[in-house]
Amino acid sequence: MQLAVWTYEGPPHVGAMRVATAMNGVHYVLHAPQGDTYADLLFTMIERRGKRPPVSYTTFQARDLGTDTASIFQNAVRDAYERFTPKALLVGASCTAELIQDDPAGLAEALNLPCPVVALELPSYQRKENWGAAETFYRIVRQLADKDVKPAPRDGRRPSVNLLGPCALGFRHRDDVAEVRRLLDSLGIDVNCVAPLDAAPDDIRTLGRADFNIVLYPEIGSEAARWLSQALGQASVCTVPIGVGATQEFIEEVAALAGVDPTSALADANSRLPWWSRSVDSTYLTGKRVFIFGDATHAIAAARIAHDELGFEICGLGCYNREFAREMRTAARMYNIEPLITDDHLLVEDAILGAAPELVLGTQMERHIAKRFGIPCAVISSPVHVQDFPARHSPQMGFEGANVIFDTWIHPLVMGLEEHLLTMFRDDFEFSDSAGPSHLHAKAHPPAPDGNNQPRPQAESHVERTTEFSPGDVALAAPQTGVGLAWSAEAEQELRKIPFFVRGKARRNTEAYATAQGRTVIDLATLYDAKAHYAR
Amino acid sequence: MIGDTTLIAPESVCAPARQPQILRERGQREVFCGLTGIIWLHRKMQDAFFLVVGSRTCAHLLQSAAGVMIFAEPRFATAIIEERDLAGMADCQDELDRIVDRLLTRRPEIRTLFLVGSCPSEVIKLDLAKAAQRLDVKFSPSTRILNYSGSGIETTFTEGEDACLTAIVPQMPAAAATDAANLLVVGALPDIVEDQFGRLFAELGIANVGYLPARRMSELPPVGPSTRFLLAQPFLTETAGALQRRGATRLDALFPFGADGTTDWLRAAADAFGVDPQRFNRVVAPGRERAKRAIAHCRERLEGKTITFMPDSQLELPLARFLATELGMIPVEVGTPYLNRELNARELALLPVGTRLSEGQDVDLQLDRVRLDRPDLTVCGLGLANPLEAEGLSTKWAIELVFSPIHGFEQAGDLAELFARPLRRRDVLRV
Repeated sequence: MQLAVWTYEGPPHVGAMRVATAMNGVHYVLHAPQGDTYADLLFTMIERRGKRPPVSYTTFQARDLGTDTASIFQNAVRDAYERFTPKALLVGASCTAELIQDDPAGLAEALNLPCPVVALELPSYQRKENWGAAETFYRIVRQLADKDVKPAPRDGRRPSVNLLGPCALGFRHRDDVAEVRRLLDSLGIDVNCVAPLDAAPDDIRTLGRADFNIVLYPEIGSEAARWLSQALGQASVCTVPIGVGATQEFIEEVAALAGVDPTSALADANSRLPWWSRSVDSTYLTGKRVFIFGDATHAIAAARIAHDELGFEICGLGCYNREFAREMRTAARMYNIEPLITDDHLLVEDAILGAAPELVLGTQMERHIAKRFGIPCAVISSPVHVQDFPARHSPQMGFEGANVIFDTWIHPLVMGLEEHLLTMFRDDFEFSDSAGPSHLHAKAHPPAPDGNNQPRPQAESHVERTTEFSPGDVALAAPQTGVGLAWSAEAEQELRKIPFFVRGKARRNTEAYATAQGRTVIDLATLYDAKAHYAR
Repeated sequence: MIGDTTLIAPESVCAPARQPQILRERGQREVFCGLTGIIWLHRKMQDAFFLVVGSRTCAHLLQSAAGVMIFAEPRFATAIIEERDLAGMADCQDELDRIVDRLLTRRPEIRTLFLVGSCPSEVIKLDLAKAAQRLDVKFSPSTRILNYSGSGIETTFTEGEDACLTAIVPQMPAAAATDAANLLVVGALPDIVEDQFGRLFAELGIANVGYLPARRMSELPPVGPSTRFLLAQPFLTETAGALQRRGATRLDALFPFGADGTTDWLRAAADAFGVDPQRFNRVVAPGRERAKRAIAHCRERLEGKTITFMPDSQLELPLARFLATELGMIPVEVGTPYLNRELNARELALLPVGTRLSEGQDVDLQLDRVRLDRPDLTVCGLGLANPLEAEGLSTKWAIELVFSPIHGFEQAGDLAELFARPLRRRDVLRV
């Protein structure tokens, strides 16, 4: 058994629901007890979908067990077919139905429905949501794709591709697809099919028309792409175009496969991140400590942008999906850090506190953690919340995606000159750092580090909440206070003049330095000696 | 003592002729399971912790059910059953011991730990009663270990609270038959509502009032033959039975929604405790008048409007009664996951003739009826609200009725406003 308070991923059948809901003309009959219908609200509320997910639940009860849950399932399949007349039917079991072993596949097959039935076996007690989505999409492609459909001879026609992986409840999938379509169009490339998002079973049947595949979201699309490459001989582009550098590589890779000229696409004048990052106002971003956590694809991409395109220092990097642990380890090696691969959000919280970042890039879970500790944060990956489905176009991919990312990540930070002014005029009662960044109306919660601060209501409530902390192995990493070290009043006073977002680090560094030097009292000289020692 | 001869028992031969026809359906149910009750129960009982023994789905449900994730660290968690537990590589009972150990080491302030059964734990017949017994011996007296099932195969949404409270009843201290009569208010209420009722009972001169659940499990009220209890919620069938088995007597009343419902509910207590009618009227009048004034604001907007309730929390019947009798709304269909005719006898009697009652659900068939009826307002779960809105039908999320204070005089206006707001919004928007 595993103890969990919050989970990054739902069960695998929720992944299957995401695929079914993304598609047109597909219906999913899920053998499940009452209560599993909660998953509908993920789509209708978080994503604000105006349609119910195309899912029928059998809703068996305790009194049905041991009698005839199998016929309940068959009736549900029959009713669902009659009512919704799907072009393809998915059948499967949720965690409870898996235990009663009714064999949805065999039961559905016995009905001889006049549409293809894709049977899903998603082991709920081993696997999770992303895996479930990938497996479902792979099963659909494998069963429905017509191996005899081949690309038409080139004869001067535009090359054509499939975009694989966009899904329901994905982080900015809708906008990424629009952005990548525009990019491909500028290269003179057509899109044969986007799947699963908005694809119908007939579109899956003719996937073979495309010259090659582009896997936008490996978590969901790579299994299907692997099969398509084996069965239909379609090559796959696996570079994910998040960030300027990755987008350039993506363009070159796609252009090479398609045999088109990338020059004009690469010279897109709307790519603003490079200049925004080079302009002097951004100097203050240099070396900002950033902690990154999310699904592997988004986290790895974010690390590259943070490091190469914004000049941040990566103080933590990890992902919650173990399926991509290898990719994550490879990426982490480039930044000389040990990756955190876990789905225990308490471990992540512990790592964030330990790393003392100035910015957290994560999922909604990390947003909650960062919010509690007053650390600026931006969301880069699912699990998603209603606010991750903005009304405006807000992609992550392509050059416009990089523009969006620049704005989104920089927005929560204290701006450059403001940071200096805060340092210079610390004692101005209207300009204290506890007021937080001037362009954000939310009040800053000073991070825990500085223990004996002047009493502040937020600081106190924060302490209260952390002591209410619950299960998991990790003791909440109370910031290390140097044991056997005393701060002189003067030094303590001076420390308080350091902006709150780096104060904790300054305290830790100074104490570490003092300990290393064998000093027991920290005075002004120790403080400035340490500052010189750790100078970047 | 109950003082009401009009109570209609389900099998009573002398029941009045007008027994409403009930449409019973069986199919897909678009309702939560009983685990969902943990979302409010864990906040109500401040020294209790809820450990669901279930699957990743259970954990995912709990974090999704409220529509948003809860920011503060909750007093609930899920022990997720894994492949190795099922394959017999790990003994589930040992695993449970390990997890409870770890949990209570970290949270020593927990006085009561509920092991909450789920669909998977029920299907694999994991004996949580046995586990609770064993662990109780180990952790008693500092922490009591209780168990109940919130599984979807056995419980619907609010039945989870019923199951939880039923598990608490045996823990309540015994009141001797010779003790002065005490009043017990049963059903989790927001603290502010509980305090309002407390003040009213005090003014009525009913001194000895307890609440189930108590805010702290260490302060459970006594129960015995001298106990009279009022249900604050209509879904507490099993809890009522358990209290009756301990000798307590249920006071029959309307549920305390709206001016009339709250008055009737308080009167049941007043009658049982021999409160002088004049005193009753004097104490109740100000709140009752305030409730009526507050409700009046919404009456204009709601009067004559039709409303359908999809089954959700079992609050549907009393709420439909409130909307019909105090706001002039016309209930078209009132669906409830489960209808207890005995507890709802008075509510049923007040529903307008011709109201379609349905018990259980086949969501597709019911949605067909909603599309035919086209009610002005449909009360439904979060999975159905936006799809119905997209079809041009105004909706009210049912879950808000469970998560916000709606009982009593002072909340009657807020309750009416919950129904009026979607209609006002529809009228206000020009996009």
